[in-house]
Amino acid sequence: MSGSTIVADGLRKRYGDLWAVDGVSFTVGEGEFFGILGPNGAGKTTTLEIVEGLRRPDEGTVLLLGESPWPRNPKLLPRIGVQLQASSFFERLTAREQLETFASLYGVSRGTAADMLELVGLADKANTRENKLSGGQRQRLSIACALIHDPDIVFLDEPTAALDPQARRNLWDVLRAIRERGKTIVYTTHHLDEAEVLCDRVAIMDRGRILAMDPPATLVRGLDAPTHVMVERGLLTVAQATELPGVDEARDDGVSLTLSTRRPAVVLSTLAERGALDGLQVRGATLEDVFLELTGREYRA
Amino acid sequence: MTAFRSLSTAMFKGFFRERTALFFAFLMPLMFLVIFGLIFGNSSGNKTKIGVVGDGPVVTALSQSGALDVQRYDSFDAALQKVRGGDLPAALAVRGNEIELRYAASDTVAAGTVQGVVGAVVDKANLAATGRPPLIRLDSGQVEDSSLSAIQYLTPGILSWGLATSAIFGAALTLVNWRKKQVLRRIRLAPVGTGTVISSRLLVTVGVSVLQAVLFVAVAMTPVFGLKLAGQWWLALPLLVLGSLSFFSIGVLVGSFAKTEEAATGITNVIVLPMAFLSGTFFPLQNAPGWLQAVSQVLPLRHLNDGMVDVLVRGKGIEALALPSAVLIGFTLVVGFAASRVFSWEDS
Ligand SMILES: Nc1ncnc2c1ncn2[C@@H]1O[C@H](COP(=O)(O)OP(=O)(O)O)[C@@H](O)[C@H]1O
Ligand SMILES: [Mg+2]
Repeated sequence: MSGSTIVADGLRKRYGDLWAVDGVSFTVGEGEFFGILGPNGAGKTTTLEIVEGLRRPDEGTVLLLGESPWPRNPKLLPRIGVQLQASSFFERLTAREQLETFASLYGVSRGTAADMLELVGLADKANTRENKLSGGQRQRLSIACALIHDPDIVFLDEPTAALDPQARRNLWDVLRAIRERGKTIVYTTHHLDEAEVLCDRVAIMDRGRILAMDPPATLVRGLDAPTHVMVERGLLTVAQATELPGVDEARDDGVSLTLSTRRPAVVLSTLAERGALDGLQVRGATLEDVFLELTGREYRA
Repeated sequence: MTAFRSLSTAMFKGFFRERTALFFAFLMPLMFLVIFGLIFGNSSGNKTKIGVVGDGPVVTALSQSGALDVQRYDSFDAALQKVRGGDLPAALAVRGNEIELRYAASDTVAAGTVQGVVGAVVDKANLAATGRPPLIRLDSGQVEDSSLSAIQYLTPGILSWGLATSAIFGAALTLVNWRKKQVLRRIRLAPVGTGTVISSRLLVTVGVSVLQAVLFVAVAMTPVFGLKLAGQWWLALPLLVLGSLSFFSIGVLVGSFAKTEEAATGITNVIVLPMAFLSGTFFPLQNAPGWLQAVSQVLPLRHLNDGMVDVLVRGKGIEALALPSAVLIGFTLVVGFAASRVFSWEDS
């Protein structure tokens, strides 16, 4: 198993009549940033918790660094760092105290707490109690707690859920910084756009199964989906636009004029010649289009 | 820092930073001390009253005896009116060497007391009038330390109850809250054993109990309450620790199967209040039926209570610890074992 830090094979888990995880297999290499994507209820958390060793699969096996995480494997615990979906903090402790407590649970020097606060950008909140932190700050603290003992593998369950766009972007920087430290990261999200930006490789999950697994760019390119070119409305009529070379379809949604094309270069140069580039936006296919293609459903988190 | 020390520290901080927990642990028992002190402390209110008309050596002796609450009336008729109406248990009129005593037979205890006291005072006056020394002398006195008052018995009871309440609530709520907020699962992912987690919580319980006891006894010993400790009061410390252990085991059991804080609070109340009454915390058990007293023998609060009265107040020695300690340890083992069977790190 050269280079495979995580090997999950044929995982299945049932709750009552529902197969929450229904035959999931994947491998993650050392230093890879691996994303598990999908709408709520897809089975992301259950999959992650089986891999972490928190839940026992009904079928299938997991190897982390060559060892089985179930039953609770104390040899493995210092090498993995976990952020659970709900922020789990000690009541009424400050950010620094949380980190110091977790540090000593792993037998790590308490001084590490300051480094971690710095890494996740919470140095100025060191003495703030857990319940006085904002949603984004809690997520960052929770990630810091997962990293305190310098683990090889980091599991993050929806770290960017319920954050405003600015907080999400701040968190992306944190995630990239962790990656620079050479950690293997497995993270789940229901924000497909975010996974596209961050992940080396993603698995798209729906109803307990993995539908596709590849680098985001490969998935999108494989779609052969049209590019959308948007300009201000009023520059051209829909009829004029449809006549342009390379344009497959034109639509006016009341705000902008959207042209679908498979030859964006031709369309863009024609628009430029006519001086009709005001408010230009070009959007290629995204993972959401991939999801639509795979499931026949619009993506809804 | 070891995991044990840092977990204990985290829990101590969590405890002392919450006002409600502090109130229940430290102020509530003191409130009960004040309330019960007011109810039982004012014993003069319990004296039997007697209406008196006229004067003389007998009336003087009655007033000085302190056994009855002597109230003066101008006319015997007025006093008799009160006796018939049930406002006075008895009335007495002095006419020279004739003394007339009338009482309400409906209140047998008061009637008996009045007849006894007045009879004794009259006999003594007759004896004094003969000028002869008494043939038989009666020397009577109570067996307890003469300082023994209601506070001596109230303090250990209320203290034991306070320890039980906060130990059970504390352990149960911590477990439920930590399970709900996934702190238990998170700890489970760190290389620390179950023993470390449980024993650090136990240390917090015992520590809080000792602080509660120190504060409570210190307040009870102020002149306002006037508690006096027996010489070997420190024998109460091992009892305190064993008592906390058994209450902790109840708390862990409750926290193991309760899913929400509300459920934990409800279940704990259902356990603590009946246990307090059955253990004679607020009212003595002497008059309870035999089977009820037998039931109370399995309750840890009962034995903590008895043991504390013995060593804190009655001045008994180390031998008084044997039975309470044995029961408390046995109880902890049985309930602790049950808790370990139903305990879970996470919901479902
Ligand atoms: N403990 C549980 N008991 C019963 N059903 C569960 C439990 N955990 C998850 N499920 C169900 O399994 C499915 C997958 O859940 P989950 O793994 O949490 O999905 P995701 O993290 O992708 O939102 C959902 O339908 C959820 O309701
Ligand atoms: Mg989830």
